[in-house]
Amino acid sequence: MADPLLSVEGLVAGYGGVPILRGIDISVGAGEVVAVLGANGVGKTTLNKALSGLVKASAGRILFNGADLTEASPGAIVEAGLIHVPEGRKILPNMTIRENLELGSYRRAKAHRKQNIERMFTIFPRLRERAHQLAGTLSGGEQQMLAIGRGLMAEPSLLILDEPSLGLSPLLVEEMFDLITQIAADGLACLLVEQNVVQSLEIAARAYVLENGAVTMSGSAKDLKSNPDLEKAYLGI
Amino acid sequence: MLSPDIILAAVLNGLMNGAIYALIALGLTLVYGVLHIINFAHGATLTAAMFVVFIAFTVFGIDPFVMIPAMALGFFGVGYALQRFVVGPAAQGSDNNVLLITLGLSIMIENGLLAVFHSDTRSIDVPYGFSSFDLGFTFLSVPKVAGFGVSLAVALVLWVILIRTDTGKAIRAVARERMGAELAGIDVEHIFAVTFGLGAATVAIAACLLMPTFYVSPRIGNAFVLVAFTIVVLGGMGSIPGAVTGALIVGIIESVSGLFLDESLGQLGIFILFILVLLLRPTGLFGART
Ligand SMILES: Nc1ncnc2c1ncn2[C@@H]1O[C@H](COP(=O)(O)OP(=O)(O)O)[C@@H](O)[C@H]1O
Ligand SMILES: [Mg+2]
Repeated sequence: MADPLLSVEGLVAGYGGVPILRGIDISVGAGEVVAVLGANGVGKTTLNKALSGLVKASAGRILFNGADLTEASPGAIVEAGLIHVPEGRKILPNMTIRENLELGSYRRAKAHRKQNIERMFTIFPRLRERAHQLAGTLSGGEQQMLAIGRGLMAEPSLLILDEPSLGLSPLLVEEMFDLITQIAADGLACLLVEQNVVQSLEIAARAYVLENGAVTMSGSAKDLKSNPDLEKAYLGI
Repeated sequence: MLSPDIILAAVLNGLMNGAIYALIALGLTLVYGVLHIINFAHGATLTAAMFVVFIAFTVFGIDPFVMIPAMALGFFGVGYALQRFVVGPAAQGSDNNVLLITLGLSIMIENGLLAVFHSDTRSIDVPYGFSSFDLGFTFLSVPKVAGFGVSLAVALVLWVILIRTDTGKAIRAVARERMGAELAGIDVEHIFAVTFGLGAATVAIAACLLMPTFYVSPRIGNAFVLVAFTIVVLGGMGSIPGAVTGALIVGIIESVSGLFLDESLGQLGIFILFILVLLLRPTGLFGART
């Protein structure tokens, strides 16, 4: 089998010397959609931060596209094509929608900036109408679309989406998952981090379940869906 | 009673001083807006730059206006290196440490200058120092008019950098949403250093504009920065248009109140205004209401 796009081996990381992740092993293949599921506080966001260099690993390895990114800076990780769309969106509220998208290509794919902005406006028509509006004036769902659009501007090889459906109305959640399906259908590998188990397992090929900083279950989405232990793990019973 | 001519002359003179205050305030407000700290070494940087201009003129005969590009680039480099290799690493992520380090730097610079130059005041004698434009009702100093033009041009260039360039957009991004900026691949330490460098470059330009009509002594920078700080609060901490508008207002108030009160009490007007603003509109003229 070919090497996976992303492979994480024995990753330990946390805050101020306190480990949150206690030896994580996961992998994502090229073009694959992989879900990371788990209840609130199990360490999903910490995993994403470690992958994008915001939190330093104290042990383990992060291999991406043949390079060792364990010690890499956030900027170098972006340059390598591993793009993290964070929980809470973290868009730039004092800048316009267009400027937010432009900054998505600050470090990578700058040469394609113009075409890619046009492409984002095609994927997210609502952003086009508001191109010159300050991003802080957008609704929650629109901000999430902008955050994903900003991530796509870097032409990622792997897109990490941290709880993209969080705080959205049920109708918008549906729309968001449709969008992710559409993006993934173009062959983009996604690491989808969610609490929304049912919908995530609909669109992912495989999934990992995190509990208390460790992977406790993994497998194909199909198998996990029918696994009675999933609900237990998820509810922490 | 004062004639309208005299008051108009005072307003014009105030505008010209105000433009140089704007330059000094811009660096202070930019660093505050992005790093969220007050750079206590801002005044000492201005003093040091004025001494460089002084030496360049007295030793090498280079005109202060000719020095502008070299001073801007040189001090940009010094400011960049100071933040990137001294202030940033030594601060270890604590804003309080940054305050102490910049305060320490300013004490070192001032005392170094005192040791070499003593507390004497020095000035330079440029050939156009006393040239003036005759407006009929008053005379405008040529170097001051030039200083006014250069100051506003520099403010405009800074504004264009912030609005149009990727680096400027990165500066605004880091100022507001650090994590979002980092995840876009922006190197925050680099942007902090660029911002610090821009602050140093603006005071270096101010030094070039001040020297033809003013004097330098090892503590002179602080007098200007005190006024600049008032301007930054008046305009709204971190606001560029606020700093420019505030500086012009302060320049006018200082100059006009000097007519009524006495030359030495001109600054009293500024501080009365300062207190009024804090009472009535604590976020300043252009500050965000939070
Ligand atoms: N910046 C931080 N400093 C210290 N502890 C943190 C920080 N962020 C998260 N934690 C802790 O790490 C644990 C995992 O949090 P997180 O990764 O955000 O979980 P999840 O994304 O799965 O909800 C929690 O116990 C949380 O309190
Ligand atoms: Mg989370």
